[in-house]
Amino acid sequence: MKVQSAMFYFPEEVIEHIFSFLTHHPDRNTVSTVCKAWYKIERLSRREVFVGNCYAIRPDRAAARFPGLRSLTLKGKPHFADFDLVPPDWGGLAGPWIEAMARSCPNLEELRMKRMVVSDESLELLAHAFPNFKALVLVSCEGFSTDGLAAVARSCKSLRELDLQENEIEDRGPRWLNSFPDMCTSLVSLNFACLKGEVNLKSLERLVCRSPNLKCLRLNRAVPVETLAKIMNQCPNLEDLGTGSLLADQFSEAYVSLISALQKCKKLRCLSGFWDASPLCLLAVYPICANLTGLNLSYAPTVQGQDFINLIQHCVKLLRLWVLDSVGDKGLAVVASACKELQELRVFPSDLFAAGPATVTEEGLVAISTGCPKLNSLLYFCHSMTNSALITVSKNCPNFTRFRLCILEPRKPDPATNEPLDEGFGAVVKTCKNLRRFSISGLLTDQVFYYIGKYAKALEMLSIAFAGDTDQGMTYVLNGCKNLRKLEIRDCPFGDGALLADVTKYETMRSLWMSSCDISLRGCKALATKMPSLNVEIINEWEAEMEENLNNGVAEVISNNNNKHINNGNDERKVEKLYVYRTVGGPRTDAPDFVWTL
Amino acid sequence: MEGKSSYGGNMEYLKATELKLGPPGIDILQEATSGVSTRPKKRAVTGPIEQHTKSKVQVVGWPPVRPQRMNSFRARRNETVDESGGVYVKVSMDGAPYLRNIDLKILHGYKELRTILEGMFKCSSLGGAEGYDEEGYAITYEDKDGDLMLVGDVPWEMFVSSCKRLRIMKGSEARGLS
Repeated sequence: MKVQSAMFYFPEEVIEHIFSFLTHHPDRNTVSTVCKAWYKIERLSRREVFVGNCYAIRPDRAAARFPGLRSLTLKGKPHFADFDLVPPDWGGLAGPWIEAMARSCPNLEELRMKRMVVSDESLELLAHAFPNFKALVLVSCEGFSTDGLAAVARSCKSLRELDLQENEIEDRGPRWLNSFPDMCTSLVSLNFACLKGEVNLKSLERLVCRSPNLKCLRLNRAVPVETLAKIMNQCPNLEDLGTGSLLADQFSEAYVSLISALQKCKKLRCLSGFWDASPLCLLAVYPICANLTGLNLSYAPTVQGQDFINLIQHCVKLLRLWVLDSVGDKGLAVVASACKELQELRVFPSDLFAAGPATVTEEGLVAISTGCPKLNSLLYFCHSMTNSALITVSKNCPNFTRFRLCILEPRKPDPATNEPLDEGFGAVVKTCKNLRRFSISGLLTDQVFYYIGKYAKALEMLSIAFAGDTDQGMTYVLNGCKNLRKLEIRDCPFGDGALLADVTKYETMRSLWMSSCDISLRGCKALATKMPSLNVEIINEWEAEMEENLNNGVAEVISNNNNKHINNGNDERKVEKLYVYRTVGGPRTDAPDFVWTL
Repeated sequence: MEGKSSYGGNMEYLKATELKLGPPGIDILQEATSGVSTRPKKRAVTGPIEQHTKSKVQVVGWPPVRPQRMNSFRARRNETVDESGGVYVKVSMDGAPYLRNIDLKILHGYKELRTILEGMFKCSSLGGAEGYDEEGYAITYEDKDGDLMLVGDVPWEMFVSSCKRLRIMKGSEARGLS
């Protein structure tokens, strides 16, 4: 018996069992392409599906292929939608997906969505269609209200996780917290930190009392210290806490109660929130700092200077730290000396326009790299950066997998030498062999792209703004970065030559975004013609608006089939925003009038 | 549009809205280097850069922080606790392929508005009270009532509260406003 045909004599159950050890979804995708038998076994036994671009496949097709699906992850709008570069009503609708799942995948237990538009009706459907539903995670989503949350709370009897991160949620009142079942809930994780409105504090306390399995609780700003203290007394086993507002009088009963409650929480590993944190409230946190692995102070501008130093020097086991740049280089130096295990650091800007005396510079970053050699993930906003600092940082920390540096002023050179930052960023890609995500800023020429194309072989996502000189820059990246999946570019002088340099490359990538660059309608049309497996979409709000004006304000619905604007002659027009992605789903059927599929 | 006899009396506002001609696209470095209108293909010199860190030139979606964070900046920037956030209005220019967005709340007057728009669009300079240049542009806005108004007539605060969108139109068309 030949070895290579041996697999075909195995019963399906055995092959399915073997596949169950494959948890990495690209691996499962690969085995499904081996032969028809394996495709069938794989699709019926698949429990988790990750769809990085919700328009890459029609929801019906995905749902039909994987009827046993338990967990679905969906991403909708392009990343730059987080920064207002994508007009509202662009798309990314969750409705069709939830409907398709309701029809074909009744065993769905988990739904994770990022940058999608979810309606209350969809949440209502979700709540009723999946009897075993356990986890809903929404990140940067919009389109729903607290009524939708109430529906989920009310009808998902086995709900374990409701995690709302940075969503735009319409507040229809605090009643939704009452909607959880009256008996014990199965809640393990509840995060409503992004809700802007009031919360019914009594309901919250009662909910916590009847949720004995709660491990993660993140409150919103409306929850005062008094309530937090009561909650903490109920949950000494909490592992992850997002505080509400920490404004309290040092001598108040609430404050004293909070201190004693926190001291009992021996399992607390992760802290966030800290809104309006008075320095005195921070004292309550000191006893638990030594065990913290995660700390998010990025919404706490009041925690700076010596207060920050006093806090952070106790956090010796910290793995993840998110702060504001108001902690300054001094604060970062203390982090470097205390947090030797640090793996992830994010430093957010506290003031967009002025570099105050206490904001961070390249010195803070160098200090961190010197003190924290295990650092592998960085997001750093600063007002300036030097090449020598970046070279030092990359020597100290060769393990970066994610490196995002944002110099607040576009095209700013190295202030010490007036040179571009090509060499600095080049050093990062040369030394960090495992770099998967890279965002660059400051003054940059085509040279930095030469380095990226040459060295960044593991790179999967690249974000570029206000950089480069000629088409050659973008071409270096397309030609060199073998593993590139997402490329997003804004305000760079890349034109049709770059866009069309390697058109088959886009089939190996998830998506390409280009805005405020130098590409023309002609170039985009050429791309669309050459690559029918891609959706080439342009967003032109101006043209749609001109049409509206001409009709005296009566908005004319311009369907995708109406080529009036696309073909009215001038192909040299510059394209405002371009979004290209591979898909098996064909052109979008839900595109608004300002999105044209070429 | 009526009531523009006050036009001559508002020279100051008018001068404040003068614009210079050039293709659109934000270019912070160009403003101080003499009006060269192409996107820089070469490395920029350093002198002008210092000037620009002081002028609050606005770019949509920059720096790349999520809206929740942006809103917490704005709340802190305003002296009074003002939760309403910025007053973003769209700015379109005749002939430009795309619009821009601008936050009127962080500006302090018509002069600053002119500076920002100049940087964004680089439109042609407007003549004095005697009339427009033939090739000139005028900044107009749509107010709460939906009327198209010339920018510069009313006090700044009133303008900010009533402006819904801005439009830079060709001088020949704008003539009808005066």
